[in-house]
Formats: sequence, C-alpha cells, structure tokens
Amino acid sequence: MTPRLTLDPAVVREARELAARAGQPIVELARTHTTVSIERAVLRLAGLQGADAEGLPWVNRLADAIAAATGLEHGVALPAWDALLTGGYDDLAVLAEAAAQGKVAFRIPAGADAAAASAAARAALAAGIGRIDANRAEREQLIEQTADPPRPWIYLIVATGDIYEDIPQAQAAAREGADIIAVIRSTGQSLLDYVPEGATREGYAGTYATQENFRLMRAALDQTSRELGRYVRLTNYASGLCMPEIAALAGLERLDMMLNDCMYGIIFRDINPRRTFIDQRFARQIHARAGIIINTGEDNYLTTADAVDAAHTVVVSQLLNEFFGKEAGLADGQLGLGHAFEINPALPDSFLLELAHAQLIRELFPDAPLKYMPPTKHMTGNVFAGYLLDAFFNLCGVMTDQSILLIGMMTEGIHTPFLADRDLALENVRYVRNAAGHLGESFRPTPGGFIDQRAKHVLGESVDLLRRICDQGLLTAIADGTFGITRRPADGGRGLDGVIKRADGYVNPAAEILESGAAG
Amino acid sequence: MTGSREVAGGRPAQPAPIVRPYGDTTGDGRVQLSFTLPVPFGTPTERARAEGAAQQLAAKMGLDPAMVVHAKGMGQDHTFFIVYGRVSHLVELSQVTVAEREFPLLSAAEVNLRIRSALGRKLVVVGACIGTDAHTVGIDAILNVKGHAGEKGLEYYREIRVVNLGSQVAVPDLVARAGAEHADAVLVSQVVTQRDAHLSNAREMAAAFRAAVGQRPLLVVGGPRFDPAMAASLGVDRIFGKGTTPGEVASYLAHALAPATPGALT
Repeated sequence: MTPRLTLDPAVVREARELAARAGQPIVELARTHTTVSIERAVLRLAGLQGADAEGLPWVNRLADAIAAATGLEHGVALPAWDALLTGGYDDLAVLAEAAAQGKVAFRIPAGADAAAASAAARAALAAGIGRIDANRAEREQLIEQTADPPRPWIYLIVATGDIYEDIPQAQAAAREGADIIAVIRSTGQSLLDYVPEGATREGYAGTYATQENFRLMRAALDQTSRELGRYVRLTNYASGLCMPEIAALAGLERLDMMLNDCMYGIIFRDINPRRTFIDQRFARQIHARAGIIINTGEDNYLTTADAVDAAHTVVVSQLLNEFFGKEAGLADGQLGLGHAFEINPALPDSFLLELAHAQLIRELFPDAPLKYMPPTKHMTGNVFAGYLLDAFFNLCGVMTDQSILLIGMMTEGIHTPFLADRDLALENVRYVRNAAGHLGESFRPTPGGFIDQRAKHVLGESVDLLRRICDQGLLTAIADGTFGITRRPADGGRGLDGVIKRADGYVNPAAEILESGAAG
Repeated sequence: MTGSREVAGGRPAQPAPIVRPYGDTTGDGRVQLSFTLPVPFGTPTERARAEGAAQQLAAKMGLDPAMVVHAKGMGQDHTFFIVYGRVSHLVELSQVTVAEREFPLLSAAEVNLRIRSALGRKLVVVGACIGTDAHTVGIDAILNVKGHAGEKGLEYYREIRVVNLGSQVAVPDLVARAGAEHADAVLVSQVVTQRDAHLSNAREMAAAFRAAVGQRPLLVVGGPRFDPAMAASLGVDRIFGKGTTPGEVASYLAHALAPATPGALT
C-alpha cells in the first residue's frame, strides 16, 4: 500500500504507545480473573454438548453445580476432571447429568489427585484445540482447492430467523457474488447467559447462534464454495454474555470471521465492562488459534454519535482493539477493524470527509483487513437516494483500498432485505468496482489539502483523547460516556456476578495451551 | 406567525376532493412498481412467460396499460421487474381516516427539550420484565441504546435516565426500586403469555403500586399479546402493543409527564 497522506510517523507511534498504556491495566484484570462463560467455554472445548429437557445446556448445569460446590475461583477443570476420575463417570455428559441431580460431591483436589485431574483435563482440552487446529488446516486446504477471492471482499447478511431459510439465501447470495456471509443473530441473544442448542427455526430479527446452526451453514457454504471455485467465508457474532463459548463453537465448526469488539457489548448492550474485557481476552485467544478474522464494531459509535465530531473515537477504539487483539495473539491479518460511512450527506464536502477518514484508517493499519460499513443513519426510506449514497460508499471503499465491504441496502431501516434489494446492491458494487476499481492508483490527495489536513486533525484528536484516557483510566473513560455517548460504570450492567477473581491454584488448561502456543 | 398556513397566489390550500396519481400530467394516473416473482428468466420462452406473468400481476393490481420496463433474472428461480402503468383508481380524500394517537410523535431532540423545560431535571424511567418472564427482547428493544426498527432506545435520550432491572424481577422489588430511584415512569414488558400470565402480572403490579406509599409513577406495559384498549381494566396508564418503537414510547412519556408549556415552540 502506497501512503497517500502526510501523517507524522512520530504521532502514529505515540498513538499506539498511548493505546498500549491505556489497555495494560485491562489485560492485568483479565489475567487475574475468570468468568462463568470462560469456564463453560473450557467445557465446550473439551467436547461437552447438549442440553437438559428444559433446553439449558449441560455446560451451564455442570458449571453451576461446580460453582455451588467449590466456587469457580480454581476453574472448572480441577473439580470436573477430579470427579470424572474418582467418580467413575464415562464422560463429561454423564457427569453433568449426575451433577444436575445433585449426585456429585465436587472438591478441589490436592497433591497427586490434583496432578491427575490436571493432566486429564489437559489431554481433553488438547484434543479439543487439536480439532480447532485441524479446522484451520482444512480451511487453508479448501482455499487452495477453490480460490481466495480478490479484495475488497463482498460481505452480505442473511437473517431470516430460520436456519433452513438462511441456507438457500446464503447460497444464492454467494452465487450472486458475496464472498462473506454473515448470519445475524436473534435480537437479545447477547443477553442470554447460555447458548441455545440445536438447529433453530425461530428468532427475532435474526437466527440464533448455535453449534448446530454453525455446522449446517458451514457445510452448505463448503458445497457452494466448491461449486463456485471460490471460498465463501462465514461470519457470526462472538459477543454478549457467552462470548468465549461462541468463540469456542466458531473454532470447533470452522467459522471464518467473528464480530468481536472490545467495547460493543458494554456500550450497546449494557454488559458489565469487567465481564466483557475478561471474556474478550479468552475469546480472542481462541480466535487467534482458529485463524479467525475478528470484526470490530466501531461503526456502531457513529450510529449514536456524530460521524464528524466523533471520528476520533473510532480511531481510538481501533487502536485499543488492535492492542487487545495482538496481546491475545491475533496477527495483523486477523484484525478486521471496523469503521463506517455515516457522515450526514447534507454536509458540504461530506464525501471528502469520508475519504479522509477511510484513508486515515487504511494508513494507520496497513496490514489489517479493514471492514467498512455502509450508511445506515442517513438512509431515510427514499430508496433512490439511498442507492446513490451506497454507490458513493462503494466508491470510497475501492478508492481507499478497504478490505471488506459490507454491502449497503437501499431499503436499510425499512425491512430485512428482499431478494431484489440484495441483487440491486450487488449490481451497485459490481458497477463501482468495474468502473473505478483502479481509481485508487491515481488517487493522490494534495499534501496539506483538505483531505490530508482532515486526516491529520482526526489523528491529533485521537492522541488527545488517548492521553485523557491514560490519565483517568479506560474504565472511568467508559463510565464517562467517551464512546458512543453512553455512560457505562465499571460496576454496572449485566454479568458482573459472573466475574470471579482467580485463586492461586487456578487451572485452565485451555488458556495454558493457547497462551503457550503448544500443540493441540 | 399566526397558527394557520396561508397560501400565496389565491389558489385553494385544499387539494381537490378526488385525486389520481400524477406522472407528468394532472390525472394521468401513472405509478411505478417493482417486485420479484419466483419464475425463471433463462430461455426465451421463460423470459416471455416471466414478462407475461408480471403483466398479469400489474393488470390485477389495476395498472392498465402496464409496461414492464425492466426484467432481470436473479439466480435460477427468480425474476425482478420494474413496471410503469396507469391506475384507474380514484383517491377520495374525504374517505381518508387519520389514526389519531393521543400524543404527537416527537424527535429525540424535541423530547429532550420538553423534559428540560417542563421538569428541569432528567426524567427517570425504571424498566423490567416481571414475574418469571426471562424474555427481555421487548424491554431491551425499547430501552437499550441499540434500540429497535432503526430508532435508538430511551438510553440514547440525554434527558432520560434509564434503570433497566432486566428479567424475572419480583413485583415488590420493582416497587421498591422505583421508589428508591424516584421513578417518573415504570415500563414493564411481558412476552410470556401462558395462562394469561401477562395480564395477571400487570394487574398485580398495578395493585402493588397503588398500595405503595408516595407518588405513583406512570405505569406503562408492553408486549406482543397486549390489547392497547385494556389499560384501564389492568390498572395501568398506557399499553403498547406489537411493533412499538422507542420513539413512540419516548413521545408518550413526554406527552404524559412533560407537557408542553403554552406558547413554547414544541
């Protein structure tokens, strides 16, 4: 990528250093705590699936039973595998069923018993992580056998609520040119403290993320990828109260990209900040191992805050997401940092401002597969004007070399897209790519001109804000409404009761394997 | 400024009592339409049949003549059409009934302004799902910033302070919390309706607030199975049914709790 702006490398370096300083205390928090969902993710990685008659997953039943008996400050691994070894249960599912009936006396083993439980847990988790490794290899193999589509990748959403309707829609969208299919989740799933089980046919404005739904969709897209000679990626959401568990399921079922933002759940779903950051680190360690590209959600800030005034909050959040992501082991190529085309089109020079913001982010993160989101806030119901705005979004995307374009729908905000809406949206992006795909080569904003100045101004504001965040602490900044103009105190929101300080003898073999990079 | 709109040039302010769509000439009745039919658009025969199918639909919809100006196959099984045509229907303006909401729909800025001028402080809303209902979809769609149907939730309003208690809240806890927070309004959503649990829960809540000491907050109930006409019989102030947006709830709260001062702009 050739730089097009005259950014000062010293300012860029300072911005990164400040982000690291602001993020470090959060990393410490995550290293010293666990959550109910992290512990349930450990059980899922070890292969525990299924649910009781009421639909409550066995991982919840088992983790709850252990929490009641021994607490979770030592992790589930020691008490669970100790009970398996000493109680004569065949597997975790049998153990979970007995535990749900109150028939298991859990304990924190010591000495040789602890060593035995720990070794058994590590073997089970190594097998689970081995499955994630095998999936990653299989993805690479499939890409080799088919083809990796050229960028920008075209990202399309399906969301019928019924996985069996989603599948033909996703396959049709792929045939029409989509490189990435995202299955939107049912409204409110992020607030469920369990992951639903099985194939689901009912959802509110989206389809539940379940292991079986993941498997069904991936299998269908594998078939379509072979048919088209182009690997079609699948996306879902590792967010909400079950973020680590969904990350585990994504790794186990070979999803390719996951929405996973460091602050989205805090700001837009009122999930407790501590819970979110702790869950997020483990979720990202799994994503790193699985070769999954994360998508961050900075575009959302601009749906509440003004896209010009708050442009620097997007950059600040991206720098934080980058720091947290790399700390958890993600490579640059796995950081699908998000941003959006949300400036009020009535503003003079709005397109120049969009170009400045998009180019700034491209240059700050040259190796990240940036995800660029289409206009939503200023889509008015005038579908004709909306179609035009989407074309300008596509143009900005190709001119500034964005990596992933979420395709805008002219009926945004009216209904979930009709078949024809999607077809027209793809026609729009095809035209722009075909007509102006190489315009970027000749796009050289005048040094010191409007675009160059605007980009530098936003970077400067970002550094100022990062300094303030370093002074007050990130949790306080979030509590003060710095992001998305929403105040979220560190002890407020949902899920704080599921945060546990780790005891000295805490054991989490999955985290050990993921952090050491050991073989699965 | 006077309150009534005046039209320059002496033309009548009211349109004719009977009108037709306007293309480029008064009364030409021209409209545009686009739709998809699940028919293939591959072979010449399929194409001819697809266009004929679009013609037939347009004719049945009252377009005569109808012109299929665009047809495009989408995948193997569907075709998209754009049709222009002339409708013979007449629009009788006297027959148009306007559903009257008892309150005007306000923008977020207008709601905030109304609260600021009428209360001089933030309006406090306490929300919850009561009883055994764990489905917070409804209350979250109204309260969370994320919102619903393209509208931000009440948390987005600068002059509204939202306390969302989440799911499975016991009625006594809700009453106590509403008192402690000095709630101006209590919002309760109910999705689960087995054995009319939503109705008995709402009645129980209303009774508990009536029995409690201190000023009773405005009681608002919502859910897909509620009949908005039942507010009085349940003992609550307002019921919102299926499809309610956060903006409607915010506008209602402003209407009920922060009335516009006479002479003010809003």
